[in-house]
Amino acid sequence: MSVTYIDAIHEAQDHLLRDNSSVFIYGQDVASFGGAFKATKGLSEKYPGRVLDSPISEDAMIGLAVGAAIEGCRPIIEMQFADFSSVAFNQIVNQAATHYYRTGVPIPITVRLPSGGTAGSGPFHSQSMEGIYAQYPGTIVVTPATVADAYHMLVDSVALDDPVIFCEHKFLYRWLKADSIRGEHLPIGQASIIRPGKHATVVAYSAMVHEAVRAADRLKEDGWEIEVVDLRTVKPIDMDTVLASVARTGRLLAVGEAFPWGGVTAEVISRVVAEGFHLLDAAPQRLNSRDTPVPYHPKLWAAHRPTPESICEALRKLLSF
Amino acid sequence: MQPTESSQANDQATQNKASQPSWATSENEFLCSVFHSMLQARILENKLSSLYKAGKIVGGVYLGKGQEAVSASLGASLIRDVDYFAPLIRDQAGRTAFGEDLLDCTRTYLGSAQGPMRGRDGNIHRGRPTEGMPAMISHLGAQLSVLAGMLFAKRLQGSLEGRVGATCIGDGATSTGAFHEGLNMAAVEKLPLVVVVANNQFAYSTPNSRQFACNDLIERARGYGIGGFSVDGTDLLSCASVITEAVRRARSGKGPQMVVAHLLRLSGHGEHDDGSYVPDHVRAGHYGRDCIEIAMRQLVEMGAATPEQIMGWQESIAADVQRAVAQAQQEAGPDPYREDWSALSTQFPLPIRAQATTQPQDAIEPTTPFA
Repeated sequence: MSVTYIDAIHEAQDHLLRDNSSVFIYGQDVASFGGAFKATKGLSEKYPGRVLDSPISEDAMIGLAVGAAIEGCRPIIEMQFADFSSVAFNQIVNQAATHYYRTGVPIPITVRLPSGGTAGSGPFHSQSMEGIYAQYPGTIVVTPATVADAYHMLVDSVALDDPVIFCEHKFLYRWLKADSIRGEHLPIGQASIIRPGKHATVVAYSAMVHEAVRAADRLKEDGWEIEVVDLRTVKPIDMDTVLASVARTGRLLAVGEAFPWGGVTAEVISRVVAEGFHLLDAAPQRLNSRDTPVPYHPKLWAAHRPTPESICEALRKLLSF
Repeated sequence: MQPTESSQANDQATQNKASQPSWATSENEFLCSVFHSMLQARILENKLSSLYKAGKIVGGVYLGKGQEAVSASLGASLIRDVDYFAPLIRDQAGRTAFGEDLLDCTRTYLGSAQGPMRGRDGNIHRGRPTEGMPAMISHLGAQLSVLAGMLFAKRLQGSLEGRVGATCIGDGATSTGAFHEGLNMAAVEKLPLVVVVANNQFAYSTPNSRQFACNDLIERARGYGIGGFSVDGTDLLSCASVITEAVRRARSGKGPQMVVAHLLRLSGHGEHDDGSYVPDHVRAGHYGRDCIEIAMRQLVEMGAATPEQIMGWQESIAADVQRAVAQAQQEAGPDPYREDWSALSTQFPLPIRAQATTQPQDAIEPTTPFA
């Protein structure tokens, strides 16, 4: 039996609704339609009154979740696309994320962001927002890259008492399969070395983990052993795992699908330089999307994001020092 | 003070014991209690203004001068420990009427670490969210959906009946997307939300003519499919009767209610602002009246209170305010060296959970931490 990444998200929500009566799901088209990506298919019938269609009001969706969380609920908010969460930006960063610090009352909400690019999705259905939300205090930002993580990290996100931005990658939804939703269960906040190596470290997260592994496979043919670290959680960043890997390899490439100005890869590089400068044998590198909106045409889109080819090229350059 | 909806003829008053504030044994007593809160707010805010001008308060001071009748009528129509109240910046009177401790105000303004915000937020950004009073953020309209969420949770938990959530906002806030999204959502969800719009004619310095193009903000209620009321915000008797009616309707299951109160802010936006953009003829007009003076006259004329009684209230409130200020001034502020500087309640790293992944595939249903 094989299960997909979206199956894992569906299953996690099913089990959360089953096991905790304070969990509910609120989002556009999530009820009888089952969500734009079918992540909630059948759940509104199975859990009456707890999986509800919202008006197209992202700001109010998060506001409602915050209020419900104050009163003891654990809401899951499905943004139809991560891109639309910009409309909810205020409620996320100013209401939800400041609340515990200001008042001492935690806000256990999970905001699901269908993130990242797929061919043909264009500028407004392709964005990777993790760096934006991670920049604000008071958030936890997770970016599962495996089927098991999609399940366990969603379950664990809802169990946490703070706002979690759950960045699930749309490309992985049906492309990524596994034998089971189980598999290794690491806590949120811990990175994972998903491919050991010794010549260079690639730090990646979400769909870029798989592109990095492909690049590592290709370089293996030339005798290079590339270590791939899956961050899993971009805030907080597990620097212990990253630094330990860099200590072994001496070389670092950080890869992310988000726009290149600032963001997660910049944070990784800056922390490694500050905390582990002595571990580096070469200037650390980073690879992101290009600095334009995400283009519509498949040919442009494929050249906009990091690919196994561009990751290989960056690694070869890194290894040449 | 006419409801725009007249579908209330068959209105069955809800029998829930929470439907009437317990102290509202008579209309006169209710009015006196509203007035007492108005008076307390005015005396307290005058003190805050003096403290600000003396350099004793860091940051802004925002007063509700001229809006006390509206705010206190709302606060007094609500029931502490049952209802929710999300005050905005001009709602000292409503906070008092709802039952907020004077010390919450003075401690927050004066930066005492013992206040509810512990120096992490100040002035009117205070609240006790788990006691029905969420703490406002500065982004206008944002509290509507939060209140909707609190009510939504109660519905999910099966304890919504007899409960309302209420918030005050200004004319300027009605222009925000958050206001629209929140009110529309509350209407779609048919939640017992009462939104009192204090139309004080200026959003900071921007007049109504640059804020909205409809004749009267109350027209919007029809657009949202909710109850709408209009009231003279300088008139205690009108405010008390209209706002309690709006709250009663929300409480009895009639969905969101919007009250637009017409008045004038009798101070600047904050104490840093002299309000010189308000034309003299507006100040001299009907809405430039001081609601406290009007209310005092009304109460005396109807025999609800005597001037001597009111004088007595003033004296005891002034003493209470003085005590609350003195206590907050004596208390220590937050210590940056002992602050934990954490915006999360979660402590990382998290422990690795012993869990079902070690068990045979599909032997049992996967479990969540809640199972």
